Amino acid sequence: MLFTSEHDQFRQSVRQLVEGEINQKADEWEDAGIFPAHELFPKLAAIGALGLEYDPEYGGGGADHSFTVVLAEELGRADVGGVPMAIAVQTGMATPALARYGSDELKREYLAPTLTGELVCSIGVSEPGAGSDVAGIRTKARRDGDDWIINGRKMWITNGTQADWICMLVRTDGDSGYQGMSMIIVPTDSAGFSIGRKIKKMGNNSSDTAELVLDDVRVPVRNTIGEPGQGFQMQMSQFQDERLWISYMAVSGARRAIDRTKEYLQVREAFGKPLLANQYLQYKLAELVAEIDILQGFLHHTAARYVAGENVTRAATVAKLKSGRLSREVADACVQFHGGMGYAEEMWVARYFRDCRLGSIGGGADEVMLRIITMMEDMGKPQ
Amino acid sequence: MKIAVCVKQVPDTWAEKKLRSDDSTLDREAADGVMNELDEYAVEEALKLQEAHGGEITIITMGPERAGETVRKALSMGADAAVHLVDDSLHGSDALATSYALATILTGRDFDLVFFGSESTDARMSVVPAMVAERLGVAQLTFAQKVDVDGTSVTIQRVTDYGFETVVANMPAVVSVVEKINEPRYPSFKGIMAAKKKPVETLSTVDAGLEGSQLGLAAAWTVVEDFAARPPKAAGTIVTDEGDGGVKLAEFLATQKFI
Ligand SMILES: Cc1cc2nc3c(=O)[nH]c(=O)nc-3n(C[C@H](O)[C@H](O)[C@H](O)COP(=O)(O)OP(=O)(O)OC[C@H]3O[C@@H](n4cnc5c(N)ncnc54)[C@H](O)[C@@H]3O)c2cc1C
Ligand SMILES: Cc1cc2nc3c(=O)[nH]c(=O)nc-3n(C[C@H](O)[C@H](O)[C@H](O)COP(=O)(O)OP(=O)(O)OC[C@H]3O[C@@H](n4cnc5c(N)ncnc54)[C@H](O)[C@@H]3O)c2cc1C
Repeated sequence: MLFTSEHDQFRQSVRQLVEGEINQKADEWEDAGIFPAHELFPKLAAIGALGLEYDPEYGGGGADHSFTVVLAEELGRADVGGVPMAIAVQTGMATPALARYGSDELKREYLAPTLTGELVCSIGVSEPGAGSDVAGIRTKARRDGDDWIINGRKMWITNGTQADWICMLVRTDGDSGYQGMSMIIVPTDSAGFSIGRKIKKMGNNSSDTAELVLDDVRVPVRNTIGEPGQGFQMQMSQFQDERLWISYMAVSGARRAIDRTKEYLQVREAFGKPLLANQYLQYKLAELVAEIDILQGFLHHTAARYVAGENVTRAATVAKLKSGRLSREVADACVQFHGGMGYAEEMWVARYFRDCRLGSIGGGADEVMLRIITMMEDMGKPQ
Repeated sequence: MKIAVCVKQVPDTWAEKKLRSDDSTLDREAADGVMNELDEYAVEEALKLQEAHGGEITIITMGPERAGETVRKALSMGADAAVHLVDDSLHGSDALATSYALATILTGRDFDLVFFGSESTDARMSVVPAMVAERLGVAQLTFAQKVDVDGTSVTIQRVTDYGFETVVANMPAVVSVVEKINEPRYPSFKGIMAAKKKPVETLSTVDAGLEGSQLGLAAAWTVVEDFAARPPKAAGTIVTDEGDGGVKLAEFLATQKFI
């Protein structure tokens, strides 16, 4: 992929914003278990980071996907995983379907104010009873005249306690399977909508994750994105953006973690020399750097294909699998080579270790990626 | 309103700065170039005035070809056009020469306000704004932490050691700003893309009508005869208080000629 000087300048802007507006407050937000999305998102909007690829008619940037790569890579380098994840949800995970398939009216009402950061949104797919098996969701919308009446629960919803609207996948027809799902915009101030609980987590603590309860929530049918019954397909296409986002962030995050570890090992001495002079540590890091290089090259190649209009579902799946696994390996090495400091909350390492563990679970677990690749390889449907 | 902003490209603030062994000038290749930090505040203030009063903002810089990056940054923040004076003969110019060149470019361009940073992070002379004002024969309002424009006059709060003074002048005027004045914006994606299409006028010294004899190292009023690297930090003296700490401290300060 060819980055131009415009990409470099945009990278600089994002990097400064991450440093000034996110890293400075990361500790405070981690302790609070939430960050103020309504305060931070307008700042991201001001540099054009929300909706880079969307139609300028609705406040998007009209950019091609290569600028998303720059944005995600820079967010992935932040001192904290939760805030970048929340930003990714807002611009790359909860809005692609609305931007692609939503009506003009819906885009004016929901997309435009989301891209200015005035509204905060979530993606609501997972449920207490179904995560990996998306076809198993049970939240149901029953039609009543011009309204849907929605009942059910959504689980693990990022931005869930502060979102203004949820891009929600619900069952509108039939009881099971891929058919009969629709994607509906659910405003969180609707009667019958409530936050069941805010979930305490092992990492990504600055991001609020919630269980949501829908009890006879009435939403106009015109809040349906695209055609009713097409929800599953739309979510599968939206997953592709999500998985690329996760991969870009994971790989740049791993790269930064290695750089910071190298710096530490240069300064820290044992047995009369800097730890970094130790060949075992050098080779371990070199091996990880080689893996990062390969994956980053693959991602840039994939992004270039995406820009050229090719289908990159398979590549997004492979990248998601491999980047999740690689960041776990990198994080483990970083903790190990920092010794006690790697286990202490005083340094960045422990947080990185916890945060990046999500990479192999969120957005589809590693095994779900393997399942997709297996089916693409015509090995039959795994049982 | 017509606003000019003079911006300078300087070596990255955090980079180690070196002088060249051949002519004792700053080695500008040794570090990344960035916009002088205070000049970002100057650009931001111009943009705010433009948002409030309309008008046009022109960026003016004197510097090597690479300073074009700094021009781009100012344009991507939102300025409308730029003039870039670039010429090998400018190398080694001192503050007098710099102010001569900037004032010559500004003359005949009809500006209401010319903004500057109050100091550059590399040479730190803090004199160019005053010199330019003097050469243009307009008022100089320096060290501004607040700027207001009303009709044909401009009012600033000028930072002093003790607080601030309110200074008023008729326009056109020169204003230099301090970092308290605002929070510079980060260039946005749209700003970066739009900057590609904005006009940048590149001038040589001849184009600008400058006299070669007043420019460059040969014309500089100061000569760097010699320089040496900063000596490594020596270990400090620790005064242990055994009841006579005050006396020992005073003795130490006396040997250092502080008291
Ligand atoms: C911090 C966080 C934020 C999240 N944010 C959101 C959000 O904003 N919106 C949203 O909709 N969801 C969100 N999720 C949910 C996430 O997408 C799911 O957790 C994930 O898809 C896994 O689903 P599950 O938790 O139900 O696990 P299960 O489906 O119960 O799976 C458990 C494990 O079983 C294994 N497994 C599953 N299927 C197979 C198989 N076919 N073969 C072999 N092994 C298998 C995997 O190892 C998997 O991890 C979030 C989760 C977390 C932790
Ligand atoms: C003792 C000493 C000796 C020096 N000797 C030499 C030498 O031999 N050779 C040499 O090359 N340099 C030398 N310099 C550096 C040179 O004098 C300065 O680079 C030059 O005079 C500009 O001054 P400044 O950067 O300190 O401006 P300041 O007055 O600190 O800058 C204030 C503002 O003026 C504007 N400005 C300044 N420069 C420019 C510019 N180029 N284009 C547009 N706007 C500008 C900016 O808005 C800036 O914020 C020397 C400096 C010192 C202190």
